[in-house]
Amino acid sequence: MKIREYHAPRWNEPIIHELSTPGERGFIPPRSEPEIKKRVGQGSKLVPESMKRKEKPDLPELSQAQVLRHYLRLSQMTLGMELDIDLGVGTCTMKYSPKINEELAGMIKDIHPMQPEETIQGLLELAYEFGDVFLREISGMDAFTFQPPGGSAGCYNNALIMRKYHAERGEAHRDEVITTIYSHPCDAATPATAGYKVITLYPDPETGLPDTEALKEAVGPKTAGCFITNPEDIGIFNKNIDEWTGIIHDAGGLCSYDQANANALLGITRAREAGFDMLFFNLHKTFSSPHGSSGPGSAAVGVTKELEEYLPVPVIIKKDGGYVLDYDRPKSIGKIRDFMGNLPVVVRSYAWCMSLGAKGLKTAAETSMLNNQYLVDKVRKIRGVTLTYPAKRVDQARWSLEQMKQETGVGIADVNRRVVDYGIQSYFMSHHPWLIPEPFTPEPAETYSKADIDYWCAVLEKISEEAYTDPELVKSAPHNSSIHKVDWDGFNDPDRWAMSWRAYQRKQR
Amino acid sequence: MGLWGNVIFPEHHIDSLIDLEDEFIHPYIPNSVPSIKKEMLEAIGAKSTDELYAEMIPDRLLLNREMRLPEPLPDELGLKRHVAGILAKNKTTDEYISFLGGGCWQHYIPKVCEVIQSRSEFLTAYAGGVYSDQGRYQANFEFQSLICELLGMEVSGLPTYDWGAAAGNSVRMASRITGRKEILVPKNMSPARLSILRNFCSSVDPNGGIKITQVDYEDETGRVDLGDLESKLGEEIACVYFENPNYLGVIESEGAKISELAHAYGAESVVGVDPISLGVLASPAEYGADIACGEAQPLGVSMYAGGGSCGFIASRDEERYVAEYPLRLLSIAPTTVEGEYGFGQALYARTSYMAREKAKDWVGTTTVLWGITAAVYMSLLGPTGMKELGETILEKSHYAAEILDDIPGAFVPYRGFFKEFPVVFSKPAEEVNKQLLKYGIFGGSPLTDYPEMGQSALYCVTEMHNLEMIQRLESALREVLA
Repeated sequence: MKIREYHAPRWNEPIIHELSTPGERGFIPPRSEPEIKKRVGQGSKLVPESMKRKEKPDLPELSQAQVLRHYLRLSQMTLGMELDIDLGVGTCTMKYSPKINEELAGMIKDIHPMQPEETIQGLLELAYEFGDVFLREISGMDAFTFQPPGGSAGCYNNALIMRKYHAERGEAHRDEVITTIYSHPCDAATPATAGYKVITLYPDPETGLPDTEALKEAVGPKTAGCFITNPEDIGIFNKNIDEWTGIIHDAGGLCSYDQANANALLGITRAREAGFDMLFFNLHKTFSSPHGSSGPGSAAVGVTKELEEYLPVPVIIKKDGGYVLDYDRPKSIGKIRDFMGNLPVVVRSYAWCMSLGAKGLKTAAETSMLNNQYLVDKVRKIRGVTLTYPAKRVDQARWSLEQMKQETGVGIADVNRRVVDYGIQSYFMSHHPWLIPEPFTPEPAETYSKADIDYWCAVLEKISEEAYTDPELVKSAPHNSSIHKVDWDGFNDPDRWAMSWRAYQRKQR
Repeated sequence: MGLWGNVIFPEHHIDSLIDLEDEFIHPYIPNSVPSIKKEMLEAIGAKSTDELYAEMIPDRLLLNREMRLPEPLPDELGLKRHVAGILAKNKTTDEYISFLGGGCWQHYIPKVCEVIQSRSEFLTAYAGGVYSDQGRYQANFEFQSLICELLGMEVSGLPTYDWGAAAGNSVRMASRITGRKEILVPKNMSPARLSILRNFCSSVDPNGGIKITQVDYEDETGRVDLGDLESKLGEEIACVYFENPNYLGVIESEGAKISELAHAYGAESVVGVDPISLGVLASPAEYGADIACGEAQPLGVSMYAGGGSCGFIASRDEERYVAEYPLRLLSIAPTTVEGEYGFGQALYARTSYMAREKAKDWVGTTTVLWGITAAVYMSLLGPTGMKELGETILEKSHYAAEILDDIPGAFVPYRGFFKEFPVVFSKPAEEVNKQLLKYGIFGGSPLTDYPEMGQSALYCVTEMHNLEMIQRLESALREVLA
């Protein structure tokens, strides 16, 4: 296969402050009419003396075309999903976000969230029906909210429901939650933020399979519940997941299912049959809303009937043939996000589901799974790349370059810089800790064609060849990127890190 | 009305184009082409996807039936008409004159902001590294840099979800920095934000939570009651959290005094701000804030029915602050080429991606696209634009307050606000709003959580309102209250 010659745009673009020319303007705000000024005087006089801004903020001064050019150049030096074969970024489900859905989401841009309900009936209807008709059937859960504004926020939301549920039942002493090391870090971090002690289970070291005996030993009278990602981040589906939820329930706990990346499961298997009490889907992953350089996203949280009363307020309900926002829910956890969450994300996800329907959603799932099997088959033949555990992977697999590192000195970070030279997005390595050494985790969602997968694998194969024949070429990469190798030494050094231009200026002196 | 409730889903199968004897080729799924699928199955030595699933998922967990969902609309025009048809039932602030604020505000969006945030590269990037995404890293660094200029701070990070989350993280940072477990907040903060804060501060661990104590506000001014603040301060207080302008729009003119009092007891001063005020209002650093947070939505992001929220946190550049951030903090750094800028994450080991349950709170997918939009906005406006915009907002909002205050049955209790102010009515605020709708006006949001303020609503006036719009509100209210 012919590998493309590629070079990223390299603008050597200065920081915007460096482009400033005193006096230039990019925008003129509207001014008050004379009648207004006549009545109230100059605006600056309306600020109490003690709170007047003494010096203008040191923002840059640029004309409009110059601002536009600067940010267009920065966008060009960004390899968005739409420009490359972005299947390397596993646990992220980098699928296509249909362009028409941007236009549809834009239809709500001028809505204020506190408008009278009768003026946002379309929005409430769409959100309600998306939960009620689509997500309930897809998951088997009974009720949904879209208030959590991201996947981790959805996980946190579920930790708060768990906390409230046990407190309401007089069981606040249940202060332990259980997760697995290959569950996403949010399954540990968000219950910890809610005050839980986190017990992390490790898999069988030989097979990588979740260890049911370890779970049995971990549960007890203090168990509040579990937070489990399935398939786990390494791509292995826990076949005993229903037994796991049974063990947690027998101990008196609740079960939260991390279905952020449920892409290969749509129409295949559901949270209800697995025995979960609540779940979250990342609408910006599985349900196609664009990732936005890391948000705005949305977690659709689904719960069973028993937990519905704990959902954050407001909950959209149907009443008298219309839709209303219900705040009168005494057992609600309250709010975790202002207003109703990120509803443009919900609009896009609804449109995506309506385009696909039952058969299309299942085809998306099957195809993403098949793509991964096909990718696995190709990647395992590449020199220096190994799959740590033997089990079949569902939507993604966590690979290791340990062998390559030992044989050539070229490791995962080197290869990750080198892929960029071929116009491929740097892949996702792994969350920490790295139980699998030199890890990477590609996830070929249904968006990618066979030719895309072939190309991606051909690039990896080429870099493997380079590693074994000319390791310095890989170690000194990138060569065709927008920039060269970054000096990482200062990132943990208070004297050298700089999180703003003004801090950088001060430290440079 | 069909099986699926009020949404009118299509009644019949969209036919054979896509559904030929189990053949389902969809434009979003290239490998749905049967011959390709067959080729791939053959390559891996499998008969079917069912067979593959059976190896991974036990039969008892398989759904083994088709999901019961509405018939799809795979043709783009049909889909567009269907979704647009539902959303067309909404009314927008384009069609009505809106005076709603309270945490989400209507401001003018410069076109360049929309152009940049719609760029494929920014819209669809995610977690790539600096070598593929140098531009995104730089835009994020510039967001941090520009918001720091407004705030007078030196450290900020990637944005978080909204002001509430930013405040929640900020007070938790203050608690960890001081080792103290109680905070003071103003009694008149946003009820929604307070609810978010309560969730952040509660804990399963009886010794782990942060106690929230509310400080009274002065009836006459709407500002923090300094006497009550001082009486509640003590060595156990981690921070005093206050807002400027506060939820009711009032400028906390004694901000320096509040910070001074907090510091006298070894507490941190944490200030929440609406950054669009900072062309005319003093930066939080100028009146002693140690940590600043707030909501960047006013900086060029549309309201999106509340989906435009974008929280931020900033502080001084001291290790004890930096070490407590939950957010990703981008630092500028040199590369192997002299004069070239690179970027990376400072103290990454603090984040939940690295430290799991030992992390500083947690971090995840937040609102980075809006941070980029806000960077464009701040670059466009510059120091002069921010100042002029602030003045315009001050003038128009004060004008509106003055002419509403003249209406019999309406009373504007406070002066010295920025863009929002409560109006107390002789009738229930919900009733007033119902009437105003008939005039094509969204009245301010009723302050139902403030019984002490009577029948009141929070009005928001920005640069979006011209003289005629404000006068239309005035004449409508005169009739409604008559």
